[in-house]
Amino acid sequence: MTSKATLWGAAAALALMPAAAIAAEERTRGSSGHLNIIYWQAVSTMNVFLSGGTKEMNAASIVLEPLARFNPEGELVPWLAEYVPTLENGSVSEDLMTITWTLAEDILWSDGTPVTSADVVFTYEYCNHPEGGCAYRDRFAGIESVEALDERTIRITFDEPRPNPHVAFVGAGSPIIQKAQFENCMGARAPECTDANFAPIGTGPYVVTDFRPNDVIQFEANPNFRVPTQPYFQTITWAGGGDATGAARAVFQTGEMDYAWNLQLAPEVIEQMAAGGQGELLVDFGPLIEHININLTDPSPDLPVDERSTKLHPHPFLTDKAVRRALSLAIDRPLLAEIGFGEMGLPTCNFVVAPPAVSSPNNDACLEQDIDQANALLDEAGWERGPDGIRSRDGVRLEKLFQTSTNAVRQDFQALIQQWWREIGVDTRLRNVDAGVFFGGDPSSLDTFQRFSADVQMYASTFEGTDPTSFLEQRRCGRHPRPETQWQGQNINRFCSEDYDALWLEKSREADPDRRAELAIKLNDYLVQNYIILPLVARGRVSAISTDVGGMVMNVWDSEHWNQAEWYRRTE
Amino acid sequence: MLNYTIRRLVMAVPTVIIISLLIFLLLDLAPGDPTAQLPLTIPNEVREEIRLALGLGEPVMVRYVRWLQMMVVNEPLHALASVTGWENLRPDGQRILSWQSRSPVGDIIAQRIPQTLWVVGMGYLFGILIALPIGIISAYKQYSWFDQIGTFISMVGFSVPVFFTGVVLILVFSVWLGWFPSMYDTTLRVTDWDSFMRQVRQMVLPVSVLALFNAAQISRFMRASMLDNLNQDYVRTARAKGLRENTVVMVHVLRNSMIPVVTVIALGVPAVFSGAIITETIFRVNGLGALLINAIYASDIPMVQTLTFIFAVLIVLFNLIADVIYGILDPRIRYD
Amino acid sequence: MTDTMPRPITEDGPHAVTGPKPFAPEEAFRPPRNQWWDVWDQFKTHKGALAGSFVFLFIILFVVVGPWIWTADPGFIDIRSRNQGPSAAHPLGTDQLGRDMLARMMYGGRISVAVGLTAMLLGLLIGTLVGVLSGYFRRMDGILMRTTDLFLALPLLPLLLVMVLLFREALARNFGEAWGVFVLIVTAIGITSWMQTARIVRGEVLALKEREYVLAARSIGTPARRIVTRHILPNVLSPIMVSATLGIAAAIITESALSFLGLGFPPDFPTWGRLLFDGRDWIEQYPARVIWPGLFISLTVISVNFIGDGLRDALDPRIRGR
Repeated sequence: MTSKATLWGAAAALALMPAAAIAAEERTRGSSGHLNIIYWQAVSTMNVFLSGGTKEMNAASIVLEPLARFNPEGELVPWLAEYVPTLENGSVSEDLMTITWTLAEDILWSDGTPVTSADVVFTYEYCNHPEGGCAYRDRFAGIESVEALDERTIRITFDEPRPNPHVAFVGAGSPIIQKAQFENCMGARAPECTDANFAPIGTGPYVVTDFRPNDVIQFEANPNFRVPTQPYFQTITWAGGGDATGAARAVFQTGEMDYAWNLQLAPEVIEQMAAGGQGELLVDFGPLIEHININLTDPSPDLPVDERSTKLHPHPFLTDKAVRRALSLAIDRPLLAEIGFGEMGLPTCNFVVAPPAVSSPNNDACLEQDIDQANALLDEAGWERGPDGIRSRDGVRLEKLFQTSTNAVRQDFQALIQQWWREIGVDTRLRNVDAGVFFGGDPSSLDTFQRFSADVQMYASTFEGTDPTSFLEQRRCGRHPRPETQWQGQNINRFCSEDYDALWLEKSREADPDRRAELAIKLNDYLVQNYIILPLVARGRVSAISTDVGGMVMNVWDSEHWNQAEWYRRTE
Repeated sequence: MLNYTIRRLVMAVPTVIIISLLIFLLLDLAPGDPTAQLPLTIPNEVREEIRLALGLGEPVMVRYVRWLQMMVVNEPLHALASVTGWENLRPDGQRILSWQSRSPVGDIIAQRIPQTLWVVGMGYLFGILIALPIGIISAYKQYSWFDQIGTFISMVGFSVPVFFTGVVLILVFSVWLGWFPSMYDTTLRVTDWDSFMRQVRQMVLPVSVLALFNAAQISRFMRASMLDNLNQDYVRTARAKGLRENTVVMVHVLRNSMIPVVTVIALGVPAVFSGAIITETIFRVNGLGALLINAIYASDIPMVQTLTFIFAVLIVLFNLIADVIYGILDPRIRYD
Repeated sequence: MTDTMPRPITEDGPHAVTGPKPFAPEEAFRPPRNQWWDVWDQFKTHKGALAGSFVFLFIILFVVVGPWIWTADPGFIDIRSRNQGPSAAHPLGTDQLGRDMLARMMYGGRISVAVGLTAMLLGLLIGTLVGVLSGYFRRMDGILMRTTDLFLALPLLPLLLVMVLLFREALARNFGEAWGVFVLIVTAIGITSWMQTARIVRGEVLALKEREYVLAARSIGTPARRIVTRHILPNVLSPIMVSATLGIAAAIITESALSFLGLGFPPDFPTWGRLLFDGRDWIEQYPARVIWPGLFISLTVISVNFIGDGLRDALDPRIRGR
């Protein structure tokens, strides 16, 4: 047992490929018995295409699998495919217009029938149906056709050269579904196939035996799984509901659960619970970034409703770079990270924080808070303190509204930042908005983050996979929310720069990975060095696992359950 | 009284339909978006397609009429077909689909009813059973130590929120003592003595939290009402006639004191079906309360609408029952 | 059981609705001036009521005068002294950002007590009005009770979201930011909490109006308004009192839930309910952070309850003088 424990520790620390780390010992399929998983945000469907939520994606990932997925280092590894197609092995055409995938041999669906290229083509047709409302349809954007060349070969043709062709059928958000099962569920009929949506036939290590939406899922080992000795756990109960505290307590203190997902709790609370020794905290960092967005347009309530936060009215003082820089200088990022997230967060000055290849090394100076410099900067720019300590210039007072979604950590951040900004003579009013409204796209609500009826706002952003290109595209000209677009759009700051657009266009056409990384860093630096976005903390994925369960390797680039088949119980 | 009941039942149909329409309009007006909970990585065009696939592109009245048709025709027929096994009853039309899980809301609600009744229903039942004697004794022995302690406990029970008592109970009985589980297992089926005991053990904590809260409220009304009646002339008369004290209190006074208590109890029964949101969350019971609040957060309008419709029917029904009971308790009450 | 005093309908009852009264949140039911001292004498003998009054007075002083004496800024963050226990500098310790808990309790109490009392009074007013009208006047019963059913069935959260959407900006413009929110919250809680009172009062009124003394009053031509105010209302006082005490607790807790959802006061306004909510996750490490606000809410509710008990006894001529 002890040797296994050390091996597991090594696997967790170095994130070795677990298949190599845990050799086929005496463990066999089902020998570890039963596993209890708790997701305090419960899973509502097993069909990822109909949900788009991370929780659904994670649950479905142990049933449905993609052709290739990311390992913990963010590298592509073949999964249902025989190998990853590249320019070098000739499976990606020289003109970057096609990519050819080959399925691995002898892969069976859990009902015993073979997986063929027709299933892959069908998956594309299913998700790309305009009436289906497929949540991952953007994965298939820019694809002209997906054809089956033979039983095991699939060719994807793009409508323009694609420097990064590994998007469709890659990662937990783009798995393959069985044609035979979903054939009659295309388009508008997708929601009618409740049985298929709740218990999809997959190639993964487990099959669904009972599904209760937003409550609990029961899994059993897939008898036709391609690795004969796996999965080690015979059955899984995937409970949902309750709250994060209860989930953490069930792993750390009562031992009722073996694995708990997404524990957004105060660091002290987690530390104290973890001290019990029954469980271990798993943290890994991806591109999730908590940041402040600056509104470059005027949100004043005195303006007509449809002109608030539009380009018709530039912001009275946030268009002054000195003010934005002073706001950034006044923030003590390491303290925010420590108080809000403890070891689950890292202070940062970058918007793109991961993977390491594309995160900029140029901005670390801002990690140090410098109230004096901020004050000097504002003095220099002509903002003078009034009798109440608040600065103003030409009748414009540095007074603003700071909004965010309702969340204990965010409210603490608001209070801290409010105080620091007051020290540099900037007055701040606070507002918190229910997350369902804040992140909702309801164009009639003034409180959505796109509508941005405030001067600054704070939330977290991230992107899928390892390529930040589409993430950085969000700040291009013309992408800003406005009445004509029903207030949709991701250029929250209403930022527009020709230089930025030119850089982005170059990146989107570049195939050389090194140059792509270089351009990503330049784009990131443009945003943060102009203080359009004030990054605060890079947040980790946080889960808890019982000390009795081994084999789990955290993965921020894919589903946390990417290697579910290899989890095992130490005390079998 | 019979006439009145029939008339009220007939009137209940338009009432419930108007209520459901108003709720539908309210939900439509409320800000919120079924795609709000999706990760920000999903682009807006895709979100718009999802909204259209959910049917949000159509005018609100069209959606309402479609929902109403499914609610009052398709769903009951479907339930009937499932219960009786007569497949030819099963309607061809669509059933109401939840936006979160894209599955029929009727099935999900049916899944949630057992644990709701076990936990919230039992919590309410025990609450009433504790509250009535406490209220009666407290009033009869006004300002005795029993009354003072009862008053204190029920006030604390009502003013200290459930999330506090719930967490304290979990810490003491699940974490430190390990007597009861902190999480409710909805997959547990009671088949033998062993599984029955497991069911009882997982019910103990949530049921006690709810029972304390409910008992606190009902016992206050019971006590106040009893006090009012204990001083009435008819009590003196009854005693003067030589009736046994027991008869005086338990028959005459109690009967006349029951009107406010019946009102409160009748208002609470539909509330059982709307669940106990906080208690369910703390103990992971996943009853109807958790279902409703999740649906509201996710802007799952068909689910919210259906649950509130059922809730409205129960409210109208139990308020009618309360009115009928008034007439039985006090035959002088006339409605027509 | 030695009620030597006459029944309320004969002498005391009619006047029981006018004249000033101490400590009375239920100002609609003031006793007559000539009986003021009788009521006070009776009230004084009720130990619970007296203790309740002192506690309530203490709470009011604590939140109103307290901040003048303990001048710490409730919003000031001293990050080095976070999560501290009680000390001379911070008698109730500090919170997770190093803010002084005593100052936060005082400022928070201002809002919580104000919201609790006002929302309770509003709910009580609507509830009693609807209950009496629908119980006494048969023609209004149908429509009023169906409205009650509607309000009972309305899902609270979407209703509040709609209210915020429609009225927040307008209220903020007319009353200023903080008062606008106050009006919004009090109204929101008030109009969503009157239904129970209305149902209870109606039930009682239905029974009362068939009692002999009401029939007698009606037969001698007493107008409906006077029957209601003199003979009916004084006799439904007990359940109204209970509703009032329960209403305060419910209003304070509801306020915290609203703030938590971002529908209430801005996050830099502490309230007892919010402190309680925020402290929930820290229950194991720093139980004091939950216990203090919880204790103050309970004390407020218990004291109001005992005051209510004492008042009801004092106002009931059958008990008075026992």
